[in-house]
Amino acid sequence: MNALQQYIDLYDAYRDTVEKASPAVMNRARVEARRALSQMALPVKGSEDYEATDLNAIFATDYGVNLNQMRWQGELRFSCDVPNLSTNVYYVLNDTFVAGASAREQDGLTVETLAQAALRHPDVLERCYGVLSHADSPTTALNTLLAQNGILIYVEAGYNAERPIQIVNVLNADMPLLAVRRVLVVAEPGSSVKVLVCDHTQNSSRNYLSSEVVEIVAREGSTVDYYHMEESTPQTSRLSDLYVRQEAGSNVLVDGITLTNGTTRNNYYIDVAGEHAQTRLLGMAIAGGEQHVDSYTRINHRAPRCKSDEMFKYVLTDRATGAFAGKILVQPDCPRVEAYQGNKNICGSKEAKMHTKPQLEIYTDDVKCSHGATVGQLDEEALFYMQTRGVSHEQARRLLMQAFVSDVIAGVRLDVLRERLYHLVERRLDGNDAMCADCRINK
Amino acid sequence: MNDRDNNSNKIISKAATDEYKYGFVTDVDTTILEKGLSEEVVRKISALKGEPDWLLEFRLKAYRHWTTLTPPRWGHLKMPEIDFQDISYYAAPRRKSESAEIDPELKRTFDKLGVPLEERLALSGMAVDAIMDSVSVHTSYKERLAELGVIFCPISEAVRDYPDLVRKHLGSVVPYTDNFYAALNSAVFSDGSFVYIPKGVRCPMELSSYFRINAAQTGQFERTLIVADDDSYVSYLEGCTAPMRDENQLHAAIVEIVLEERAEVKYSTVQNWYPGDKDGNGGIYNLVTKRGLCRGNGSKLSWTQVETGSAITWKYPSCILRGDNSVGEFYSVALTRNYQQADTGTKMIHLGRNTRSTIVSKGISAGHSQNSYRGMVKVVPRATGCRNYTQCDSLLLSDTSGAHTFPVIEVGNDSSVVEHEATTSKINEEQIFYCNQRGISTEDAVGLIVNGYAKEVMAKLPMEFAVEAQRLLSVSLEGSVG
Repeated sequence: MNALQQYIDLYDAYRDTVEKASPAVMNRARVEARRALSQMALPVKGSEDYEATDLNAIFATDYGVNLNQMRWQGELRFSCDVPNLSTNVYYVLNDTFVAGASAREQDGLTVETLAQAALRHPDVLERCYGVLSHADSPTTALNTLLAQNGILIYVEAGYNAERPIQIVNVLNADMPLLAVRRVLVVAEPGSSVKVLVCDHTQNSSRNYLSSEVVEIVAREGSTVDYYHMEESTPQTSRLSDLYVRQEAGSNVLVDGITLTNGTTRNNYYIDVAGEHAQTRLLGMAIAGGEQHVDSYTRINHRAPRCKSDEMFKYVLTDRATGAFAGKILVQPDCPRVEAYQGNKNICGSKEAKMHTKPQLEIYTDDVKCSHGATVGQLDEEALFYMQTRGVSHEQARRLLMQAFVSDVIAGVRLDVLRERLYHLVERRLDGNDAMCADCRINK
Repeated sequence: MNDRDNNSNKIISKAATDEYKYGFVTDVDTTILEKGLSEEVVRKISALKGEPDWLLEFRLKAYRHWTTLTPPRWGHLKMPEIDFQDISYYAAPRRKSESAEIDPELKRTFDKLGVPLEERLALSGMAVDAIMDSVSVHTSYKERLAELGVIFCPISEAVRDYPDLVRKHLGSVVPYTDNFYAALNSAVFSDGSFVYIPKGVRCPMELSSYFRINAAQTGQFERTLIVADDDSYVSYLEGCTAPMRDENQLHAAIVEIVLEERAEVKYSTVQNWYPGDKDGNGGIYNLVTKRGLCRGNGSKLSWTQVETGSAITWKYPSCILRGDNSVGEFYSVALTRNYQQADTGTKMIHLGRNTRSTIVSKGISAGHSQNSYRGMVKVVPRATGCRNYTQCDSLLLSDTSGAHTFPVIEVGNDSSVVEHEATTSKINEEQIFYCNQRGISTEDAVGLIVNGYAKEVMAKLPMEFAVEAQRLLSVSLEGSVG
């Protein structure tokens, strides 16, 4: 049977419960999602878009869905200690939103649930919710069908939100759980905002699936930084779809970092719709054990004089598998587009596997586009050089791996976060948990 | 800006009216099998060629498998539905008299194409197998090659004279189950060349086949099989043309190459099928499966292709590097203009240890054409120490054309290094300006730059071909300056 069918049935059976709790705009989007879902089968492993990731294996677990929006009963013991990060922290426990202690009101910036937004910013919700996401992605359709709430980050025109917003996603349940998460970021003209999202899993004995759809609307001249960091457990699967629409002169940075995880599939769809928009898409994964990290990116240039720069780096050890599929599209009549795409990978063990598909589709002549992909090992000579100077082989390896991923980290436009990332990657490469030292989330 | 546009429009329209110089039709009596495809037709083709039972069996198996398949749709191509029942699968120029070696009309045709069939006229050191529609017309230098034990003959003759060799290798690299067009070809293939190079022999001359489609409403389904035994070497060239017609004609060929220990094969193609007119009417659909199996250790297979013709090209010459230390190479220049579409590239499958492969692909798109590179580099876990370098560049000469790159890289171990690089851009204006400054017209400058851009590949072609290919490139480019 189609693995998606049980979730459609679940929705059909509890339709009222689901719809009662949600804003009207979310319920409207469900119609199309339900139709699309019922007509598609889960892509099998090896199919064009899911060459390396087995969705059927992920959906083999019978996950529960928190349809009644039950509050999580556990105690929240968490404080993020990134020094001077001074973020506005919010928590999402499984799929429910909790404002953190350090959340401070800022004029011009709103962080609220979609249910609150339906009352306070109905026009924004109407204008932006579900507009970018498309139901032909099975993961998005499933999310749209079951999502009951989510977060709206709304920045008013011209407002420069200095304090970054941090959203901490925590998975903790005593049964296998499908957590349905939804984020909508709307940056009005001339505004700027930085968002940091951390994924954690607390009760590591259970299978979890987090389904996440993020929509980012970057209006004229706005700047949006969106960092995502995953530190979860081998039992955690993550299916994420991130949609960005960039209007003229906007500047968007998206950075996806996977340090520990089970099976992760991150889809990035970036629609460059306005002239002079700048896009930076970065990704990094350090994967060992049985970790599986799959990134799928699609940058659609449909306006002239835009620039995009994409770089994904993977370090794979043990039996980890990595996959990258990137597509840059330049539509007709978009002269002076510059688009660069890179995917560099290190296979650090015999059983580590990497699949990469960097693709270009160009329909305009006056462009500069390039892509590069490499799969290789650490430089033997550099290793030898360091060993001759008394650095142990192990340490030399770590140093080189660290150097290898450092340009992705260097792209982070938040100084303290960048420093912390260097530190986390170092710990991760040392074989320790990549947790921040004082992050008590896993203790 | 407008001036420039006008100017370039003028040049483009001039280019579009440039005639395809091989577009003539030879007036020769041709036996054409009725249109349509059925088991009956497969049996008839086999009977016409007087084939042994095992080959008929092979064809029928392929045909039955073909009926279960649907045409592949994954190419970046807009291809109308092909009615496979509306094609004649066999066309043979009839011999006027039994006595004459070659029909003078055919001889004239091939002379006109620049492929002299008479040995005294031929370029020294090149043996030619000329194939018109479904049959081989003539093979030159057969005797001289035979002295060395080299077999170079039409595959239908090889089936008769060397059944064991053909039977052993036919379908061993491209099985009939491989894909839709391979199954079709296996069922109805007519002629093609068979080459066998015995152990330790370095073939003293270039072997070449020249394919010509002449009859209307037919398809050409040739099949080439090259077997290079231990320590042998051969360089093989392939050229092709077709008359100008409004209809689309199908060309679905298979090339199989088997390389034993330390053998080396160089396979070069200059593909110049009729590309259709300036509005995209007519032209050949070139849907080809080419693959080499480097079975022996230390063997080396090198594909070089210059693709300027065909309305649609769907072709991926591949190397299966099974022997340890074997080497695969792929050099390609694909030029598309008007409404041509090309989806071409290669597959390098690294199965043996320390195998190496190089891919250099240069795409040039002009007019309203679409040009795609599609490639795969796969390194299996046990193939340690492998190395691949891929470079694919695209040059866009008009703002209505498209250039696309679809590579797939799969690496399954930690001692292999795979690199892929691709760029897409238009011709550097500074370079054109530099040439202009020195009195070189824009058109010549573009020709110069494109030739320089393609040089890396051209340099891999045998000398006679390189001259031809270079000329072809500049003729095709003429007026494509945007």
